Amino acid sequence: MNASYDVAVVGAGPAGLAAATVAARHALTTILFDEQAAPGGQMHRGLTASPPGRRAMLGNDYTRGDALIDACRQSGTTCVYDAAVWATRKGDDGSYDVGVAHGGSGARSVRFVKARALIIATGALERPFPIPGWTLPGVMTAGAAQVLLKSSGIVGEGRVVLAGSGPLLWLLASQYLDAGVTPAAMLDTTPRGRRWRVLPEAWGFLRSPYFGTGVALLRRVRRHVRQFANVTALAASGPARLESLQFDAGGTTHALPADLLLLHQGVVPDINLGSALGCAYEWNAAQACFQPIVDVWGGSTLPGVFFAGDGAGIAGAEAAEARGQLAALAVANALGRIDASARDGAAEKPRAALRRALRGRRLLDALYRPADAYRIPRGDTIVCRCEEVTARQIAGAVKDGACGPNQVKAFLRCGMGPCQGRMCGLTVTELVAQARNVSPSEAGYFRLRWPVRPITLGELASVGGSPEAERAVVRGPVR
Amino acid sequence: MFRRLPEPGTAPVPVVPVTVDGHPFLALAGDSVAAVLLMSGRLACRSAPVSGAPRGPFCLIGACFDCLVTIDGQPNRQACLVPVAPAMRIETGKGAR
Repeated sequence: MNASYDVAVVGAGPAGLAAATVAARHALTTILFDEQAAPGGQMHRGLTASPPGRRAMLGNDYTRGDALIDACRQSGTTCVYDAAVWATRKGDDGSYDVGVAHGGSGARSVRFVKARALIIATGALERPFPIPGWTLPGVMTAGAAQVLLKSSGIVGEGRVVLAGSGPLLWLLASQYLDAGVTPAAMLDTTPRGRRWRVLPEAWGFLRSPYFGTGVALLRRVRRHVRQFANVTALAASGPARLESLQFDAGGTTHALPADLLLLHQGVVPDINLGSALGCAYEWNAAQACFQPIVDVWGGSTLPGVFFAGDGAGIAGAEAAEARGQLAALAVANALGRIDASARDGAAEKPRAALRRALRGRRLLDALYRPADAYRIPRGDTIVCRCEEVTARQIAGAVKDGACGPNQVKAFLRCGMGPCQGRMCGLTVTELVAQARNVSPSEAGYFRLRWPVRPITLGELASVGGSPEAERAVVRGPVR
Repeated sequence: MFRRLPEPGTAPVPVVPVTVDGHPFLALAGDSVAAVLLMSGRLACRSAPVSGAPRGPFCLIGACFDCLVTIDGQPNRQACLVPVAPAMRIETGKGAR
């Protein structure tokens, strides 16, 4: 790792790998960071160590990451894994300082690396799914189940129930069937009547790459897994761990014993790094989330800072790859490696790929927009998992004068825990918006600050500090 | 609660001996500490700081911080982000952050 680079890319998923590859091929010195021990992001998680049987089971969407990873390796990019980017700040000379904590168990080195341009490809998080009992052990996200399957070949056992809406939930059900696991039930929370309302968007979807595989996948899962449609009032219970589920469907209240509940209602951009840096964000009403304001190249409201992949707005893995390439081309132009016409020429292919990948997106957005009740909970449902703050408390704080998420945080510590609002931020925004009868955009979001990933005080003191400064805050022996 | 799929035709993955709350457990190389917790039958790994309610791994992508455990004496490590290493000491059950 050198002290400075032309480009720093944060995140080694499809967007970050593609961006780094294109940047390095344009003779830009490029460094790529990822918090995981290996490249691939969540999409191609564990791919570099995946045994043949698992690769075959997970299919082409998974293994197409091989080409991305190989290309990046051969591009001359400096790839640094086990590297948590905990801060980014603008330096006096217009370049950016990237704070990195690098290394495995307990012995990380913390430093700043300079970069003239920054490509943020930190991807998506699963949208919060605040229902009663979602903090119980035995309740996890569908994405978590995919991580276990991809990186360790581990599957749920016993009565596994999938609940929520969105393509990833169906994909997981299908992957579990491939792995020989038949989920006990699938609870579809997509609101009633949604299928008719999305008809105007259907033309785009019929021409999309998702159409053929999507329909076949849905049919297969429906045939093998017990289905409940239009599920409302979903709740998990059990005193110390998940024991059963309650929900309404088909005009009746159901109770279902369960050992493992896997929740999912779509993904949303991970905004912590870009927002802490000072990039402007906007509310996406169709997807009910915040996303960075970007131009057609992914350029943010800060000079030299670009977004690519789902962190720039949810669009999926194929779009991520194209947007990574586009961002890198714009950086190559901004740093004088290519002129505008060369940039535009090279952009034609990724632009076409992006258009193809985005076909049908509007139908998916409209069809799987989570129901209000699952985004904006009521009563004693926990919203902030870290500080255990309920929807009722947040509504009360707004009544007492809290006008936005930051005031709610000051009143209740909501969003102040270790997850830094990742599990509650959007819920708090929408709760405040509803209580004040304003738009989510006006309600706003938590003011995010670095460190956006946890570092110890000792690690912080070690950045350019004296041994005395480090000793003053470190428990135990100083390295 | 969880099981490992048989993966026939695959070269054997090295076994990694660790301890969880003092009990020996055999993990496989490449597993995260969170995977070890789940495979050893521990859905819960700490207590929530306000109510004391049990919590366990939730998101496995480093976002939720519900899988905080003590690893080799260092508290508040995210179990889902740490790969197992031989002789690793994993301790659950601490409520503080």
